[in-house]
Amino acid sequence: MTIDNSYAAVTGRKNEIMKKAIGIDYSIFESEGIGFDYERMMREAGYTLEEIQKIQSEVSVGNTPIIELKNLTALARKMAPKGKGARIFIKDEACNPSGSFKARRAANAVYHAKKNGYKGVIAATSGNYGTAVASQAAIHGLKCIIVQECYDSKMVGQPEILEKQRACEALGAEVVQLTVGPELFYTFLMLLEETGYFNASLYTPFGIAGVETLGYELAMQFREKEGRDPDVVMVTHAGGGNVTGTARGLIKAGAENVKVIGASVDLSGLHMASDQAFNKKSFTTGHTGFGLPFATWPDRADVPRNAARPLRYLDRYVLVRQGEVFYITETLAVLEGLERGPAGNTSLTAAFSVAQEMDEDQIIVVQETEYTGAGKHPMPQLSFAKANGIDVRFGNPNEEIPGESIILPEHPSMIKIRDFDLNKAKHSYIRNSITNNNVKVVSKEDLAFLAKDTKSDEQFVINALTEMGINIK
Amino acid sequence: MSTAKKGDWVQIHQIVLKPEERAPQVPDDTKQVPLELWVKGYALTEAKVGEQIEIETATGRTLKGELTVINPKYIHTFGEFVPELLTVDRQVKEILFGGEK
Repeated sequence: MTIDNSYAAVTGRKNEIMKKAIGIDYSIFESEGIGFDYERMMREAGYTLEEIQKIQSEVSVGNTPIIELKNLTALARKMAPKGKGARIFIKDEACNPSGSFKARRAANAVYHAKKNGYKGVIAATSGNYGTAVASQAAIHGLKCIIVQECYDSKMVGQPEILEKQRACEALGAEVVQLTVGPELFYTFLMLLEETGYFNASLYTPFGIAGVETLGYELAMQFREKEGRDPDVVMVTHAGGGNVTGTARGLIKAGAENVKVIGASVDLSGLHMASDQAFNKKSFTTGHTGFGLPFATWPDRADVPRNAARPLRYLDRYVLVRQGEVFYITETLAVLEGLERGPAGNTSLTAAFSVAQEMDEDQIIVVQETEYTGAGKHPMPQLSFAKANGIDVRFGNPNEEIPGESIILPEHPSMIKIRDFDLNKAKHSYIRNSITNNNVKVVSKEDLAFLAKDTKSDEQFVINALTEMGINIK
Repeated sequence: MSTAKKGDWVQIHQIVLKPEERAPQVPDDTKQVPLELWVKGYALTEAKVGEQIEIETATGRTLKGELTVINPKYIHTFGEFVPELLTVDRQVKEILFGGEK
């Protein structure tokens, strides 16, 4: 009997395919209604911090240096009121084997796959995570397939993604490239079913736990270097794993008073599944096209329960513009001698602005950098934008319209974060929890879960539910 | 050279979903076009560019598709020169080291 490989049939087999491909029975963490036992899932399906440190150190992942950006700090102080301008530090995650913090997630996922007897790993990603999985698969001798959303219908690819294809292939992986569309998931499911490989999802408990070492390490490094915890940790926010893992690691280090601020590039107005809009953007990650949907509905991921739950951990969420990130990327190169990014410099751009609100003796840390190279650099990305009809010019970044213009700030004093109202995101999350779970009444347990999952309190959730006309049991 | 011999490293193309088979949530412009796929591997058969060919991928999967390129190269570069970046360089250095108060 042949298997029905129609779109409807394959996506209909999603749950059984995923169960085999991840090996976690998520149902044991479920409770009735909306909630599930998140901490139990992280504890029982993941690894302890000590285990992860061991797994990562054996493949030379982690223990990346902290660099104080003295010139960038001095530049920020030129723009700041007297006495303001916190010291800006960066954690140079580009020093990981695959050139980004994603090596931490991949190290765990691939280790887990190997330990459980899988012959290979598959990941659906157009980002640095693909390179990270390919790198770890090479180390562990596993086969590797990376599924990328890469081209528009004219087979024009984002230079940043083409570079990641090259890197994955250089590390021995098979790269399956697709045109734009959410049906990538269909191809992904078919590949999992065909190969029996492990789904090295970004969103499993072990993937997220892999990032915990970053937050933990960072706290320890500051205690050693400065004798105290930093005041703010800035995290580029896309799918939520970077925020979640880093914040959990900080908490495990006892650095609970550190403020965790997420930053994304503002790409509002661009439809992420649009063939025509695909090459109108200059960032393929770290942007609001992932940041908002994943914050307001994390369980949209390729696993039944997403271990990345950014609203649980974010203290503040800020947006920056594409032109500002390119400006700061260039500044990092010429003032600090570090060619990194650009996408990973989203949080650095925000930090440059947030530092100006903080006192001079305070510390703000940008917790990642990423490698740079052909395709993945301000020059190819800006010239690609120009070739796609984007108006690249100097001006006021506030006037930048995603998909139409990229405005490099006329002066660095114009680099300003825009606060995204987290309460709005929390309301959307609560609304999505009600709609997607199709519930009419919310139990006391769910109330507590929603409060926890939105880093709010029960009264906040009750108010939100009342607005929606939902009763509490 | 537009004929692939057995053992050549090639790229193939497949149509995964025709426009009418695309998922309901896809935006209208994307619904007008098929979902396409490209992957590389060793040619298992001989074929001309544009013809159907069978390949073995890096993980050992056997696939059929339309032959697009033999020895596909990487085409991404550092792009055209962007002089605006030089302006940024000069500006930040001047603000920081140029004696501005």
